[in-house]
Amino acid sequence: MSLAKRIIPCLDVRDGRVVKGVQFVDIKDAGDPVEVAKRYDLEGADEITFLDITASHEGRDTTAHMVESIAEQVFIPLTVGGGIRKAEDVRAMLNAGADKVAVNSAAIFNPDLINELSEKFGSQCIVIAIDAKQVSNNPPKWEIFTHGGRQTTGIDAVEWAVKMTEGECGAGEVLLTSMDCDGVKTGFDLALTKAVSDAVNVPVIASGGVGNLEHLSEGVLRGGADAVLAASIFHFGEYTVTEAKLAMQKNGIEVRL
Amino acid sequence: MQSIAIVDYGMGNVRSVQKALAHVAPNDKIFLTDDAALINQADRVVFPGQGAMGACMRAMNEHGLIDVIKKAAQEKPFLGICLGLQLLFDHSQENGGTDGLAIISGDVVKFQKSDLKIPHMGWNEVKQVSDHPLWHNIDDNARFYSVHSYYVKTQDNSIVTGTTDYGVNFTCAIEKDNIFAVQFHPEKSQHDGLQLLTNFVNWKVS
Repeated sequence: MSLAKRIIPCLDVRDGRVVKGVQFVDIKDAGDPVEVAKRYDLEGADEITFLDITASHEGRDTTAHMVESIAEQVFIPLTVGGGIRKAEDVRAMLNAGADKVAVNSAAIFNPDLINELSEKFGSQCIVIAIDAKQVSNNPPKWEIFTHGGRQTTGIDAVEWAVKMTEGECGAGEVLLTSMDCDGVKTGFDLALTKAVSDAVNVPVIASGGVGNLEHLSEGVLRGGADAVLAASIFHFGEYTVTEAKLAMQKNGIEVRL
Repeated sequence: MQSIAIVDYGMGNVRSVQKALAHVAPNDKIFLTDDAALINQADRVVFPGQGAMGACMRAMNEHGLIDVIKKAAQEKPFLGICLGLQLLFDHSQENGGTDGLAIISGDVVKFQKSDLKIPHMGWNEVKQVSDHPLWHNIDDNARFYSVHSYYVKTQDNSIVTGTTDYGVNFTCAIEKDNIFAVQFHPEKSQHDGLQLLTNFVNWKVS
């Protein structure tokens, strides 16, 4: 098999600017988003994901403009997540040049949304984003949380992933974030990643917890992920995407170099 | 200056195709259109598509594009991308069976259930099985970005110019006279993708 495992740097954006922050605190401007995206592209990123943390409607238009300028210069798949609630939001981002959109809480409040969007735009561009937190150890169980991990919905994460991706009009991909591991830098929640990856038929992106390059390989080899997403290890210049790929290759993982 | 029409019948993300072509051919006139007259006048035609095949055929019918696409595929440099490859074939298993444009003989079939994830999504190697001007300056087994759940199957080996392995060795690129069509997305495949688009823009069909 020759399909490469993907490395996806993730950028937080607010009002069309890339911002750096630790768990939404102490947010700083991280320079020109086009330059950041071009750097990741040059380093060999397989895709780039933007997480829009903009509060206002006007700021969202600015994010669309940002995606537009990036799409004119960076020719790899671009995903935009955060605040996608309805078909018009998807249309606006696709028109700006995004290739996929990630839908998170809106799918919880309206479980038919994913079907509706997949039917309209094709499941290849609809990603279901899942924020999960472990609620019991034995047997291991995870639930979907909203509001930055503060509020549980009582929905089982693995069952939810299956429900959102099954059938002709399910999401084409799962972006799975462990709220327990996010920002902690001790590696992915491998049991969660494995449970979801085994349960669904579509590709799974592991997210939350990457602190070093070994963590990326673990996500693939032990978590069964098809792609790994990381933010801070790339943002703060600790590692380049190229170094990450070489480290994965050393562990016998097929990557695009 | 030449003109390149990108057929836009409302299915999928054609903006990225336009952006990538504008990047490699800044002096050419590149436009999205569903206007049959403009497609007829264009020097080259790009035929993209995403989503379900049945919905695409319906949309093309509604836009009155079936005949003009068939005509362009006979007359001028024509590049099919993703569903724009599949639509050229006779028939697809998708949506309980859908007829295509029948420009190329063969079928569109679904990846069989296995331990492989469907859709086939990401960067996979493309084996060049014949020489073609559109492979110029692209290494054999270069990686291109794909996302699809169905693939094309033809009995006519002479038209197969690229293959990829994903559980099965499938045809990911075909060529016939002035037609070149690929399953992957050159507009999203970085340097090699842009090279393929450059080759298309410069292609002189003999």
